[in-house]
Order: sequence, then structure tokens, then C-alpha cells
Amino acid sequence: MTIRCEIVSQDRTVFEGDVDIVVLPGADGEMGILPKHSPVLTTLKYGIVKIRRGGKEELFTVAGGVAEVQPDIVTVLADAAENIEEIDVERAEAARKRAEEVLAKGVPADTDAYLAIEAALRRSNLRIDAVRRYRRGSRIPTSES
Amino acid sequence: MASAREMRLRIRSVKNISQVTRALETVSASKVRKAIAAVTATRPYATKAWQVLKHVAQQPGRESLHPLLAERANVNNALVVVITGDRGLAGAYNSNVIRFVASRFDNHPVPVKYIAVGRKGRDLLIRRRKNVIADFSNLPPAPAFADVSAIGRLAVDEFMKGEVDEVYLVYTDFVNMARQVTTVKKLLPLELVGEGLVEDFGGQHNGPQAAYEYEPEMNEILDEIIPRFTALQVYQAVLESLASEHAARMIAMRNATDNAKELVGELQLAYNKIRQQTITNDILDIVGGAEALAAK
Repeated sequence: MTIRCEIVSQDRTVFEGDVDIVVLPGADGEMGILPKHSPVLTTLKYGIVKIRRGGKEELFTVAGGVAEVQPDIVTVLADAAENIEEIDVERAEAARKRAEEVLAKGVPADTDAYLAIEAALRRSNLRIDAVRRYRRGSRIPTSES
Repeated sequence: MASAREMRLRIRSVKNISQVTRALETVSASKVRKAIAAVTATRPYATKAWQVLKHVAQQPGRESLHPLLAERANVNNALVVVITGDRGLAGAYNSNVIRFVASRFDNHPVPVKYIAVGRKGRDLLIRRRKNVIADFSNLPPAPAFADVSAIGRLAVDEFMKGEVDEVYLVYTDFVNMARQVTTVKKLLPLELVGEGLVEDFGGQHNGPQAAYEYEPEMNEILDEIIPRFTALQVYQAVLESLASEHAARMIAMRNATDNAKELVGELQLAYNKIRQQTITNDILDIVGGAEALAAK
């Protein structure tokens, strides 16, 4: 018994396949989704989506977004998402540095610009933390990041 | 018939034109590749988002769910977002959009306001004396979501304020290099059976069998996702249109180059004839003169 899972970010399909369980970082806490789950619509926090299929786990960072759960499918619409194994740590660290430098110079007056920088900072933090904690076989149970 | 000198000038100018059109074709070819990459990259997200929106709209009692989903009893004003290019020389691309708008909305039962995206569309709409309330021209060559989110926000605002009671989106759907289809999609209030081209995926699953549970609060989540997904549909439409525009321009320029080549061939033939004729006449003169001298 499997449930279909699709993780889509704004610019690509990150994951697509039949899995045994999906764990979502829901706005009100973690949610484990098994096949035949009742329909749910939830916003997502910055965090980790975990899927398991055939005893193997895969982890994905998601930078906020929405998930729709149907009995036979979970659709994750993330603002940004990637497989943890794909994350480019150096790039994330460079992005974090850039964002911190801009913020150190003072908060931009333009709200949109500020939000963009803040989001960039949160995204790179999320990626760096995720890689430190989960990459290469270390399988600590997901907690809030 | 024109003089040989005039013909030479004409040939040279046609050759120059063909060089320009060939350069434009090459430029469009590289732009269209990038635009296609952009549009296909965002398609899955936009398609899924549209699907989720539709599921939300199918929930029981949708009228009370969210104002953006509710069909209004009295429709007094309509808003049409028209997406065209900033530039011409793209064959019939821009005028197709405007002609489509005219045939679809000129006899609309209620007054129609327009939001123009793209300079060409704005100019054509104003020339036809349409009520253009906003103009988004000179978008960057590869727009990001942030660059166009204002368009969706404006449409949602107008709708929420009650200035308009329905919102349509007219854009050009990119099918392939040779085929772009001008399309209308009803944006607000959300329709179950859209006129849009972003179709459901042939029933991969059968839609919601029961009402959703919402986390956190229903209103909170709908407030966030519905305006955002609506803006996303606009973004996708802009990308589709952009790819279509470049494709149309590339084809138009290729045709122009081909035509110029053909014209040069014809002109060259005519010029050669004139030149030949002149030489023949000159020889006849000389021969005639020589004979006249010899006869003496």
C-alpha cells in the first residue's frame, strides 16, 4: 500500500513517486501521512519533508508553501525545495553571508526588498542546518528546525 | 523600367534589410530557448496550484468559503488582464491578442475595464478607446515571480473592493514553435470548469472525496494561498506569452529573411537584363558608327 507523493517547487518538480509515508512540517506541527489519509490542506513551515519507501528514507528541505493531502496523493507546493543530498552547502553559506551583510548595513526601507532578503537568509539557514544534521546516513528523528 | 543605378541601390537596401531580419531571427532563437526553459520549469507548479485551487473551489458551500471563490449575484463590471509584448516585429502576435480581446469582449454584457501588460497591447487598446485602468510595460526580459506579482495583486484588490465582479486573463499559450494559441481564462471568481488551458491531469485521482481538514485555520490558509495562487496563474500566463512572442518573432523574421532573399534574386535578374541591354545598345552604337565611317 503506497501513497503518491509529488514535491514541486516554483521552478521544477523535485520529487515524484509512490511512497509508504510522508512526514510534512505542517504549520501546527509535524504530520505523518499514510495512504488513505483524509483530505487536508495545510501551510508548511520552513523545515524538512521526509518520505520513506521500501525502508529507505529521503529528506527534502522546503522553504514554506502548501501541501494538499488526498487519500491517494500528497502534493507539496513549496516556495523552494531540494533533496538534502543535492544541496550545495558552499552556495548556501555564500548566500547567507550576502544576506547578513546586507542586513548589517541596516534594514532596507523597501518592504519587498526586506522580505526578499529575510527569506533568502531563512532559506540558506534551513539548507545549512539540514545538511549538518541529516546528510550521509545520520538518521536522527526530525525535530523542528 | 528603372535605371541600372536605381536597381543597384534597391538591391543593396534589400540585402541590408535581410541582414537585419536574419540578426533578429538569431536573437529571437536564443531568447525563445530561454523562454521555453522558463515556462516549462514553472509549469508543474502552476498546474498543481491550479488543481489545488479547483479542489478548494469544489468544497461544499464554496460561496461561504472565501470571497475570491464566490460567484457574485450581480455582475456589474468586468476586468480583463491582457498580456502582449512590448515590441513589434513579431508577425501577427500582438494584433492576434487584441483581435481576440475585441471578438470576446466587445459585446460583453457589462462594462469592461482593462489591465494592459505590454506596451503594444496598451497602445492598441487605447487606440480602440478601451478603458485601460493600469499598464504594466517594460517587464524585464526574464521576469521573476516578484516582477509580475503586482499584476495579480491589483486584480485581486479590484475584485475584493467590488470595483469589478469578474476577472479574465487573456494570454498566448505556447504549444510549440509553430503554434501559439490566444487563450482566455477566468481568473476570479474561480470557475470549476475553466476555459483555461491548464487542464487537470487526466484524472490521476478523483478529486476530494470528503471535505478538507485545514491546518491552521481555514480562513487563514485560504487567505494566504488563494491570492497567491491567483498571482501565480498570472505569472505563468506571462511566461507562456513571452515564449510565444519570441517564437512568433523568430518565425516572422525567418519569413522576412526568406522573402528578402527571393526578392534579391528577382531584382538581380532584372538588373542583369538592363545591364545587358545597355551593353548591347552601346555595341550597336559603336558598330553603327564604325560602319558609317567605313562607308565613306
